[in-house]
Amino acid sequence: MSAPAPASPPAPALTASRAEVGLFTLFARVYKRDLTLTVRTAGQWLNTLLFFIIVVSLFPLGIGPGPQTLSTIAPGIVWVSALLSMMLSLDSLFANDFRDGTLEQFVVSGQPLSVIVVAKVLAHWTTGGLPLVLLSPLLGLVMQLPDAAYGVLLLSLLIGTLALSFIGGIGAALIVSVNQGGVLLSLLVLPLTVPVLIFGSGAVTSAGLGLTTSMQVSVLAAILALSVSLAPLAMAGALRVGVAAGR
Amino acid sequence: MTDQAPLLLEARGMTIWRGDNLLMDELNVSVRAGSIIQIQGTNGSGKTTLLRALIGLAEFDEGEIFWCGKPFFEVRDELYADVLYLGHKPGISPGLTPLENIQALCPELGVDCRDAVLAVLEELAIADRIDLPSAALSAGQKRRIALARLRLQRGRLWVLDEPLTSLDTNGYDWVREEIRHHVGLGGAVVFTTHQALSFEPLHVDSIVLGGELS
Repeated sequence: MSAPAPASPPAPALTASRAEVGLFTLFARVYKRDLTLTVRTAGQWLNTLLFFIIVVSLFPLGIGPGPQTLSTIAPGIVWVSALLSMMLSLDSLFANDFRDGTLEQFVVSGQPLSVIVVAKVLAHWTTGGLPLVLLSPLLGLVMQLPDAAYGVLLLSLLIGTLALSFIGGIGAALIVSVNQGGVLLSLLVLPLTVPVLIFGSGAVTSAGLGLTTSMQVSVLAAILALSVSLAPLAMAGALRVGVAAGR
Repeated sequence: MTDQAPLLLEARGMTIWRGDNLLMDELNVSVRAGSIIQIQGTNGSGKTTLLRALIGLAEFDEGEIFWCGKPFFEVRDELYADVLYLGHKPGISPGLTPLENIQALCPELGVDCRDAVLAVLEELAIADRIDLPSAALSAGQKRRIALARLRLQRGRLWVLDEPLTSLDTNGYDWVREEIRHHVGLGGAVVFTTHQALSFEPLHVDSIVLGGELS
């Protein structure tokens, strides 16, 4: 037996635990990793953006370019399209990492999983949600959105898409081990996203009519605060279960 | 094995059903510092399931897991900070380079870990691939990238699922030496493999699942 004598302490290399990683460092690492991955596979995030543009710009063609009708439905159309584009892209939030085994490595890494998950969601939002927000004024123009509503459109989508990413992330984490879970994701998550849609498009409508929007925007912000604080825990839990259940 | 060596991981009364199949019934596993445990069995006998269940990565029907004498759910993060798990899936994202993959899996390595990674990859004869997309790597090369973590990441307990899959003989020898070295330092290794692997003169404990092997 060449193993070390039981009484002697293990060699220093093995007693010293892994170097501590600051939460922010961990966050920055995972965020950068996911951005790198997304940028290198351009297809995925361009899909989301193109879907958004196509859906919104088809409405004037289908309904007719009458400014009256279009400007009435513009907030709803832009918001529904943004919601659907987000749902479409959330499918892939954890799927690739699950497939190649990176996700189970994250689970057993000993690092706080909820921080990793927040970084992943924010990276996903940066490439999937933020471009939608930035492009929305252009689509507002296509939809004859009233001039007064642009600021609120940007603000409500900024808050709303972030909230949708976190809410949708719970769904994506729950279905991670399910093959072809896209439909399941929509069924699970869409009911939870309805309040975001109602208050988001409500805010834009009010702004277009020249009314105050602070109530709707505050509710949106409250939903965001709630989802940012609770969703990471739910996602981390769901991923642990998903990794243990799936292959 | 010496009974006085500190007990790292202990599983008591593990019972796992997969559908109507009873994979294991009341199985006890204790992993002590300085021990090598090989899980053997035919295909589908539950080797991977047991290996994953030991570190909470697979569901089990009955049983308890203890890390350094404490129940799993109390010390989960402590356990994970001290475990190095290499799964059936190597955890290599095709869109990242080997260096980026290793950095993602070992966040405790500093930003300037390139030289350290390069040195290990050189031993594994894949140093020239360090900045190429991993999608272009063969299965064996991906496995080598994953194995580089044995050298780069600390952890007293190594849990290795088929570490030799798609490796050539040089790869075998490298893994064997790493395991020998790790155990010599007082670490422990639990692994599954189909290949005959000898660690002479070290003792290897076997767990055989699904009846006797012929």
